[in-house]
Amino acid sequence: MSDTTRPVEATQTQAEPPGASGPGEVSGAEIVLTDVVKRYAGQDAAAVGGLTLTIPAGEIVMFVGPSGCGKTTSLKMINRLIEPTSGTIEIAGKDIRTQSENQLRRQIGYVIQGGSLFPHMTVEKNIAIVPKLLGWDRSRIHDRVTELLDLVGLDPERYRNRHPRELSGGQQQRVGVARGLAADPPVVLMDEPFGAVDPITRQRLQDELLSIQRELHKTIVCVTHDIDEAIKLGDRIVILREGAEVAQYDTPEVVLSAPADDFVADFVGAGSSLKALSLARVEDIELRHPTTAKVGDAVAKVTEQARANGDTAVVVLDDRGRPVGWPWLRQLRGDRIVRPEGELIDVDIRSTLNDALDSMLSSSHGAAVVTGERDQYLGVVDFDAVTTHIRLLEEQRGE
Amino acid sequence: MWNFIHDRRSEIAFNTYQHALLVFYAVVIATILAVVIAVVITRIRGLDVAANQVSAIALTIPSFALVGLLLPVVHLGPTIGLVAVAFYAVWPILRNAVVGLQGVDPILLESARGMGMSEATVLWRVRLPLAWPVILAGIRISTQMSMGIAAIASYALGPGLGTYIFTGLSKGGVAANGLNYTVVAIVGIVVVALIADGLLVLLGRLTVSKGIR
Repeated sequence: MSDTTRPVEATQTQAEPPGASGPGEVSGAEIVLTDVVKRYAGQDAAAVGGLTLTIPAGEIVMFVGPSGCGKTTSLKMINRLIEPTSGTIEIAGKDIRTQSENQLRRQIGYVIQGGSLFPHMTVEKNIAIVPKLLGWDRSRIHDRVTELLDLVGLDPERYRNRHPRELSGGQQQRVGVARGLAADPPVVLMDEPFGAVDPITRQRLQDELLSIQRELHKTIVCVTHDIDEAIKLGDRIVILREGAEVAQYDTPEVVLSAPADDFVADFVGAGSSLKALSLARVEDIELRHPTTAKVGDAVAKVTEQARANGDTAVVVLDDRGRPVGWPWLRQLRGDRIVRPEGELIDVDIRSTLNDALDSMLSSSHGAAVVTGERDQYLGVVDFDAVTTHIRLLEEQRGE
Repeated sequence: MWNFIHDRRSEIAFNTYQHALLVFYAVVIATILAVVIAVVITRIRGLDVAANQVSAIALTIPSFALVGLLLPVVHLGPTIGLVAVAFYAVWPILRNAVVGLQGVDPILLESARGMGMSEATVLWRVRLPLAWPVILAGIRISTQMSMGIAAIASYALGPGLGTYIFTGLSKGGVAANGLNYTVVAIVGIVVVALIADGLLVLLGRLTVSKGIR
């Protein structure tokens, strides 16, 4: 089966991470696994049988495979929660065994399902764990918590003193991500990070992770059993079969269009042209720019402007340029625009068309509001734009 | 009855105070012992079952008999009382501490280790705070139990409300204030027990994190 594994090819293409066009420098570190084996006493087959893999700095690499394939074991060997039986793992060229376990783990973010926040600690204390272990002073920790809550889209003053049980599942998971990033580690390990939340929340959290990664450029290794999540989040995907044998290691585009073998093809599943919608991102298509208004603007003026533009609804932004609602003109009452009730379902500019379609279907506008970094408003995507894009793709395929 | 109390008020107050103090010291010692033992037990597989059996058996030893057993070993009076009461107070706390420590979600422990906490830090900042409400419930049970045992312990050794019970018993019946002695002892012990329980509830309010209450 050696022709189906491609670690060599992968090591050659590590130079330029696909996300490097965004702002911010790569702060991640390269991870190299060399012939890593994990055997458990009393079991014939190795849980991980000789995994060799290079994870390029600043990329999101998804470990995906059926349950029991050794993906979580492989992940946990990187922060030494599980010690390999043999083989070496290097982070930024340094063997991970050259420092103590605890020293190592404080430099690696660790995010697991549901956030696994400590219920007896406030949000602030949860996030502050690793900085405290590293001996940061009080004011630096305080500032860092503010910065991180802002980064994951939670109002710091409102949430810092809450306990986990006062948060929704999605909010807990956001705090979990903030905690993993607390000490600005070059490497972040995630184990089924969004497995415990509902599909809509999951989609938002995935978008937020992509948005955060655009700013930070960490090296993120993420385990999932969900191929759609892998396609959406991964710069690269490692598809593993039993014993953590690499079936294919490549970009999502290649995995979808040229699966290495039947196993990969089966795993990726049918409907690959629909899945291709998971590859195209909102940023690939043209956005529409309907009338916008800020909270507090005069209703009369906004209405007039919208009519002039031929719009029947306006996108309302808050004072930081984040969309908060998309009311129809007839819903605008009173003198001033107020913050609309209910949560606006928006999509990130890096969302896949698949997710964007989901959001459009749940919106009465047949379209979705698009946001960029830190939830800044960018425009609106609608069905027409998506179908035009699909038609273009079909034409390209036909040629 | 009123005259009886009035005539002896300073003596009653002193004995009540002694009784409360004995229980307080015994429970503090028992708590420390029980938590330390529980931490050891939960690290070694299979030991928790043994501990439960030992504690079940230990609680069946009649306290009167234990005082007798201790007499030749520990010579000083008040120390026997303390040892005897603490002996019984350990078991409910130990049982709860084991249950509490074992009840901490293993995912949380892995996540704590995954962030680079040492074993001691995990114990101090994660396991004990999460187990604390259960341990505290054990302390409340032990405190109530110790109130009665302290009364018996004081048979051998002086101060405490228990002396009144034995005085009452030896005088017998209504004659010579016998009943008065017994009633004062019972009421005194109940009042001390209620106050102690109230203080423990307050302690819980102050020390159990709002996030797990």
